Amino acid sequence: MEALLANVVWADIAQALLDTLIMLGGSLAFSVILGLPLGVILFLTAPRQLLANRAANAALSFTVNVLRSVPFVILLIVMIPLTVLLVGTSLGVAGAIPPLVVGAAPFYARLVETALREVDRGVIEAAQAMGATPRQIVFGALLPEAMPGILAGATVTAIALVSYTAMAGVVGAGGLGDLAIRFGYQRFQTDVMVVTVLMLLALVQGLQWAGDRLVIKVSRR
Amino acid sequence: MISFQAVGKTFPRAPSPALKDVSLEVRPGEVFGVIGQSGAGKSTLIRLINGLERPSVGRVVTDDDDVGALDAAALRALRRRVGMIFQHFNLLSSKTVAANVAYPLKVAGMPSSAIGPRVAELLDLVGLADQAAKYPAQLSGGQKQRVGIARALANGPKILLCDEATSALDPQTTEQILDLLAQLNRELGLTIVLITHEMEVIRRVCHRVAVLDAGSVVESGEVAEVFLHPTHQVTRRLVADAAGLAAAKIEGGPPTLRLTFRGQATFEPILGRIARDTGVDYSILAGRIDRIRDEPYGQLLVSLVGGDVAAARARLTAAGVRLEEA
Repeated sequence: MEALLANVVWADIAQALLDTLIMLGGSLAFSVILGLPLGVILFLTAPRQLLANRAANAALSFTVNVLRSVPFVILLIVMIPLTVLLVGTSLGVAGAIPPLVVGAAPFYARLVETALREVDRGVIEAAQAMGATPRQIVFGALLPEAMPGILAGATVTAIALVSYTAMAGVVGAGGLGDLAIRFGYQRFQTDVMVVTVLMLLALVQGLQWAGDRLVIKVSRR
Repeated sequence: MISFQAVGKTFPRAPSPALKDVSLEVRPGEVFGVIGQSGAGKSTLIRLINGLERPSVGRVVTDDDDVGALDAAALRALRRRVGMIFQHFNLLSSKTVAANVAYPLKVAGMPSSAIGPRVAELLDLVGLADQAAKYPAQLSGGQKQRVGIARALANGPKILLCDEATSALDPQTTEQILDLLAQLNRELGLTIVLITHEMEVIRRVCHRVAVLDAGSVVESGEVAEVFLHPTHQVTRRLVADAAGLAAAKIEGGPPTLRLTFRGQATFEPILGRIARDTGVDYSILAGRIDRIRDEPYGQLLVSLVGGDVAAARARLTAAGVRLEEA
């Protein structure tokens, strides 16, 4: 056992896991906080929807597409001035969270928009026919009906964030992915590589399992 | 109660208008049916009543409000006075039966302490008192439509709009839902507008009917009149499907007459007595004895042979039987 994992320093692994979890938790929370309303607005302003507005929809949609087309590694670097402004540093775990959010929130917004489009138009029409305001329709009908899709989208986003965090090593954020690159790849410590990849695998499995459970819990169809 | 004044509706990029020059009047407390084939403009017509669509030309007046001229807030206020039920029920699948019925009450700003008792009262009215905690997916089609009705009645509307409300239900369930609608009309004085493609639905519950074809009203009037004596070919086809009096005529055979009995005359042996007295022989080619709402009627397709046919016809007319050449 000693020989098999000769290069593995468990304290480093634990620290890396903690960093990954902090980055994941922080960026997922902010991605949902920003992406959910953005997705709702994208949906509502689309043609023939409740607040149809061609100009606003086109502008938002374009912005989302631009952010989504920038590779995450580039985003990490071009965002440095903004990151410093927001969290006071462009380095470490804190420095990684703003670019992670900017990378993931537009992605999540699109998933939310898709989930809302799946809601039966008839349900929205019924709410309109009751005299509900757009606000009452969003909170009373649209979001509850789309909740399984919204939660499934959050699961997909969380898993995408896990792989983004691997790149956050570029700004010295640490985390499991960073460990895998610096020790596992650059120093040929295959044992470190295997351990970190297994931990990432377990993390992704756990997230998917938890997400699926949550979706089942709110599905009433 | 509801009035359409020369209403037209054209959708952008549609080749032809959905509705053309529609004028009709729905009276307070009546059940008014609109029948037509799919694509005739029924859905558009019913959606004009609560402003889900706005007229391109003409005026729609619902409960004294000019629907096309209302601003958003006034339109929402009107919609709270007009209930609507749907072919596919359109219930919130994520909420329980009770929460579905509570939703319009919350929308209308009812204090939450009053919502519980009101929901219980409504579920009792539609016979679902024991299903309050279930989710729509756990209910049958008929039960779902009952939830839809409870929800539509939540804010005590004067008008109920039924958009093909029984088209997704089996015949027996359809009957139960129609009976419930008739009961609500009687007991609450609810004005009901329903659209359907089934003449049977019209026959069972409606007082008056308008027949819609390609966006125009081609025939309208009392249900018994339209049902028993259709003049427009679209109406004839719709009625023939329902009445089973289609094409029973024999080509080249003796002339056939359509006899219509209404009310008490339906149950009297008029035809036999007159045939005996006048020496006329008759053969019944097709026929139906049934009810329109609560009024019994009989309609027979007969051919009269021999004897004094003219006298027989005169006596049938005198007995209150309506005669038409078929």
